[in-house]
Amino acid sequence: MQREIGQATTAIDIEGLTKDYGDVRAVDGLTLSIPYAEVFGLLGPNGSGKTTTINCLTGILNPTCGTIRVGGFDVRTQGEEARRIMGVSPQETAVYQYLTGKENVKLFGELYSVSKGTLGPRVDYVLEKVGLLEESGRRVGKYSGGMKRIVSIAMALVTDPKIVLLDEPTVGMDPQARRSVWDFVSELRDKGKTIVLTTHYMEEAAELCDEVGVIDHGRLIALGSPTDLKEKYHAHDLEDVFIQLTGRRIREET
Amino acid sequence: MQLGRAFALAKKDWKRIFREPAFLFMIILFPVMLTVAFGTSFGAVGGSRATSFNLGMVALGGNSTSETEFYHDMQATGALKVTSYPDNGTAQSALSQGELQAVILLPAGFDKTVESFKANPTEPSKWANSTLSMYLERGSALTAQVIPAIASQVLDQEILGAKPTVQAFPVSISAPFQVAAKESSVFQSFAPGLFAFASIYMIMTVAQSFTGDRENGLLRRILVTPTTSTDIVMGSVITYLVIGLFQALLVFACVYALGYAPIGGPAALLVGFVIITVFALCNIGFGLITAAIAKSAGAATGISFVFLMPQLFLGTFVGSALSSTAQAAGRFLPAYYVTDALTSLWTRGAAVTSTSVLTDVAAVSVSSVVILLVGIQVFKRFGKS
Repeated sequence: MQREIGQATTAIDIEGLTKDYGDVRAVDGLTLSIPYAEVFGLLGPNGSGKTTTINCLTGILNPTCGTIRVGGFDVRTQGEEARRIMGVSPQETAVYQYLTGKENVKLFGELYSVSKGTLGPRVDYVLEKVGLLEESGRRVGKYSGGMKRIVSIAMALVTDPKIVLLDEPTVGMDPQARRSVWDFVSELRDKGKTIVLTTHYMEEAAELCDEVGVIDHGRLIALGSPTDLKEKYHAHDLEDVFIQLTGRRIREET
Repeated sequence: MQLGRAFALAKKDWKRIFREPAFLFMIILFPVMLTVAFGTSFGAVGGSRATSFNLGMVALGGNSTSETEFYHDMQATGALKVTSYPDNGTAQSALSQGELQAVILLPAGFDKTVESFKANPTEPSKWANSTLSMYLERGSALTAQVIPAIASQVLDQEILGAKPTVQAFPVSISAPFQVAAKESSVFQSFAPGLFAFASIYMIMTVAQSFTGDRENGLLRRILVTPTTSTDIVMGSVITYLVIGLFQALLVFACVYALGYAPIGGPAALLVGFVIITVFALCNIGFGLITAAIAKSAGAATGISFVFLMPQLFLGTFVGSALSSTAQAAGRFLPAYYVTDALTSLWTRGAAVTSTSVLTDVAAVSVSSVVILLVGIQVFKRFGKS
């Protein structure tokens, strides 16, 4: 547990978060507390408001109203402090095609001002953990889509951040790569990291998350551990939970 | 702002320039190709440096001995390429079409005039006078000065011969020494403009770089790290200042190899390179403005021409061939002062402390910094998302 950051008792506190795009309300009064050392899954179909929530958490988007604190830092007023303790892997595979896998990961370490002595071994460690060390000397432009996603995740983890935001981390990955990422996420949780991931893969949420929040049309419609939710809704899996809550399958809208 | 982050981003940009063919072409290969192309086209390599004039000659009385001698003597000066025409009409036609710079009509009695003078050099009453007619290309001061003088000299030689019969004069002019002057070509006057010409395209690469990163979500990704917009822009400034200097050295090596030798000393060279490097700031500023306006890297290419073309036409060597109005308009563009400063320093040999150079340096520095600051503000306000 790392509760000392920003003197906060919870890793992330969201209160009344609302985000409008013109007439469209993407997130509607979301209130959520995520404790330290937990893997929290934000579940919902595409367009449900997951990515908008993540973007508000990172400070890329300004909420229409509501407050967000990350590690006790207000994202609006203490954005730089909040960003220092976060590692973010966005939904789009944002990697530099002309850099090698290793150079991409190293660059992000440098942007967080990780010292040279620490950075080299850390880059190798992260790349090994995500199963990409051998290929890391090749330019990313030559990688498959799944490998690019892995590089993107490694870029988020190179600084050994306290809080990790992974937006649809395993989209486009083959089962083996997905398993590597899952194992690494589990290892990070065991080390006391707080991880927030968005996904519409229910098996991923069931495998990794201590707690999930089901979001639909910008509203949080259910919150609890996967086991609790399945018991509460007498469901076989989280997909059934979602069907019972919304009357439709999670991937129908994707 | 943290310099470490700015340098990390600059390092990344340098790798892009050397690894992405489109960037490598615009920044490195294009200036080299441009310089070599202009060098070969405008006379630095393999070009003719002839300084002779084309003269048409019409012997109205036919080709007698004197006419033939005069023709050969004119040809022998080396400054004239003499062509004999059968009649005045044909020669005038060639003159009006620009094939000739001048036409000389030898009158029908020219042969008799020469003979009468030679027979009675001291008795003007016995001379058979005649008058040579000369037609010169209008507007060419050089032609008006050179051809009559040469014709007069050749006539003296033909009529008076090697031993002039005029009275002795206490002052004489010795046979002229012939000095092999440095050969000049149009390229010599164009060369300083090539530096600004090559650098201007930086606007396009800066704009493409920012819009491309924005399209791919990379800009947003960097902004969720502790990196600030100022770090990003400073990274770009470091990148393109170095690239600007590198480009200048590359163009300099090319123009030098093609025969352009600056006449200023080390101080002139240094100031010249500083001016070109500072000019990169202006191009970064225009690039940022372009990136803020453009919605995609493709659009950035098109929009960059809005800033690129006026500088290209009015601020580089192209401007010297334009109207006075266009040249006056060029004075509102930083590229004009870069070209002017380099021309003053390297072609005319002006001192680095001369008013002209100092004015140019001040104009380039102030305008570049202002444009960069405007670019940063516009990009921060509109260009990040």
